[in-house]
Amino acid sequence: MRQILTPGGALAERAPMDDDLASRLYRAMVFARTYDRKSMALQKQGRLATYAPFEGQEAAQAGSAAALEIDDWMVGTYRDAAAMWMQGYPMELLFAGRTGHEQGGQVPEHVNVLPPSITVGGHMVHAVGLAWAERLQGSTRIALTYFGDGATSEGDFHEAMNFAAVQNVGVVFVCQNNGWAISLPTAEQTASETIAEKAIAYGMPGIRVDGNDVFAVYAATREAVHRARMGDGPTLIEAVTYRMGPHTTADDPARYRTEEERQDWLRRDPIERLRIYLSERGRWDGARQARIEAQATSEVERAIALAESMDPPTPEDMFGAMFAEMPPHLVDQLSELDGAR
Amino acid sequence: MTTTIANALNRALDDALAADDRVLVMGEDVGRTGGVFRVTDGLRERYGRNRVIDTPVAESGIAGVGLGMAIAGMRPVIEMQFMGFSYPAFDQVINHIARIRNRSRHRFSAPMVIRIPYGGGIGAAEHHSESAEAIYVHTPGLKVVVPSRPSDAYGLLRAAITDPDPVVFLEPIRLYRAVKEELPEVPGKVDIGLASIENEGRDVSLISYGAMMKECREAVKQLTDDGISVELIDLRTLTPLDTDTLLTSVRKTGRAVLVSEAPRTAGFMSELSAIISERAMYALTAPVQRVTGWDTVFPLKRSEGLYLPSIDRIVGAVRTTIAESV
Repeated sequence: MRQILTPGGALAERAPMDDDLASRLYRAMVFARTYDRKSMALQKQGRLATYAPFEGQEAAQAGSAAALEIDDWMVGTYRDAAAMWMQGYPMELLFAGRTGHEQGGQVPEHVNVLPPSITVGGHMVHAVGLAWAERLQGSTRIALTYFGDGATSEGDFHEAMNFAAVQNVGVVFVCQNNGWAISLPTAEQTASETIAEKAIAYGMPGIRVDGNDVFAVYAATREAVHRARMGDGPTLIEAVTYRMGPHTTADDPARYRTEEERQDWLRRDPIERLRIYLSERGRWDGARQARIEAQATSEVERAIALAESMDPPTPEDMFGAMFAEMPPHLVDQLSELDGAR
Repeated sequence: MTTTIANALNRALDDALAADDRVLVMGEDVGRTGGVFRVTDGLRERYGRNRVIDTPVAESGIAGVGLGMAIAGMRPVIEMQFMGFSYPAFDQVINHIARIRNRSRHRFSAPMVIRIPYGGGIGAAEHHSESAEAIYVHTPGLKVVVPSRPSDAYGLLRAAITDPDPVVFLEPIRLYRAVKEELPEVPGKVDIGLASIENEGRDVSLISYGAMMKECREAVKQLTDDGISVELIDLRTLTPLDTDTLLTSVRKTGRAVLVSEAPRTAGFMSELSAIISERAMYALTAPVQRVTGWDTVFPLKRSEGLYLPSIDRIVGAVRTTIAESV
């Protein structure tokens, strides 16, 4: 397993990025954690619907997202808000979706991020189609797709990996192996020793990295993105990480995993090790931390306020995006609903 | 020159590939062999392997990869080799293809065609004779069309390929080469959402689509010889349904016989029957009759005749409807 930045903040090999980028990723991870914790709190207040937290996985998402060009495609899951936000998905839309407003899916015109996939694994094949279509149209845009350890048991994992490899499509497959698919440990998900080794059977490279090491994730993804863009085909990256919280707000992890395990992972926190590193490089201090946290809080508050002040969804919103043009039976049903209100 | 449905579909794909660089054809065996029914014959030679793509045997992948391509600007025409093999792709079709426009509030869409040969009558192995159209019709976000003659096969497929939304295009297997028609030099598109009145009549509305149209046409001949005036309607599009044509006809004749080879319970004809009872009840002079397949697994070769609605069953249902009129 490749590791560049140790949990103690020391370098095991040369840093893959300069201090400016490292500082930017630190800031992004603090923003992400602020967003995540605020979402958990809002859900408890009944202001958000079910929420799937990603605390602990910030480096896996930030390190990989940072390796993309801003117009590359990103196809993620319900637990990838940090990466989606970094790729341009507005935070207020992420919140809007979680408040239960369809508007949350209205990705801005210039942002090439699909709305999060809720079914497990099915979105991976979309990434293959996106990257393939780009190549057919003469573009060098590539696609990156996120999924968890659980998704590797789905048929579409196989179909996506196989399609991409056999057609040499420029896709980067990033598995955030966080150890648990709701209540099922990875050892019961697969008899393979690692997720990364599954790549061999498909005829593509597989890389296993410390998913809590933003440097290792970034370095591996940058190489995979380069291969994809050069027309050298797909790569599977396994980022070994841990979800510190529950699967969703509807779940109690105490039913299936131990507190010791969680404490162990707490010592491998992705943000803390980068903080130590930056501190030793003279790029972090208490004042800067306070400033970043204040900015994060203010950005999160701004996004929530925007999401909560959106016009409530109307019947037209429910019917209006089924087709490019509303067919007669939907026009009839919409007026039936309007008449019944 | 007379043309079969299979040839008309081939020509429609050919013309669509020539007209628009974004169109591509993708599926199992669509390239080298030209498809198991030869509908894509010759296209790979003409347009190359990047536009007529032989895929791995992976229906969910074909559908989901097609969706990704459609989102990124292509116009994929994907093929499910047989309807029974389209079931592994349900997740992609129902959960993603039919929903991406709604999920993204119009930002992304799925302008793609899912071609599916369907129906029995060729003595094939299990899973090769299914009529599961009701499942697709029941899925919000899809359009479902079914031609029964070469001109509609050409025109509807061209329309489906230019449609901004996903279209499930059902191809009646046993009619691929059994119905012939003269096609004009430059055949036209046929609008999705319009039924066709094939034969005007006064006494009874005989309503069907796809493969069963052949038996219905024969039934009309027999009934006409007996002095019964049958209005024969080919729905052509199952959703969005041409309710106006349907209801106008039933209000005129006061009788409806609905023919489909799909299993009866919760089949598409159940919906038609419900629409008629809700909106044309007082025009009826006899109960609506459904002539359908049975709620059994579609049988193997030697029992096909027991399963598929026969001309006799259709004629019988029409006679019953007339005999039972108030």
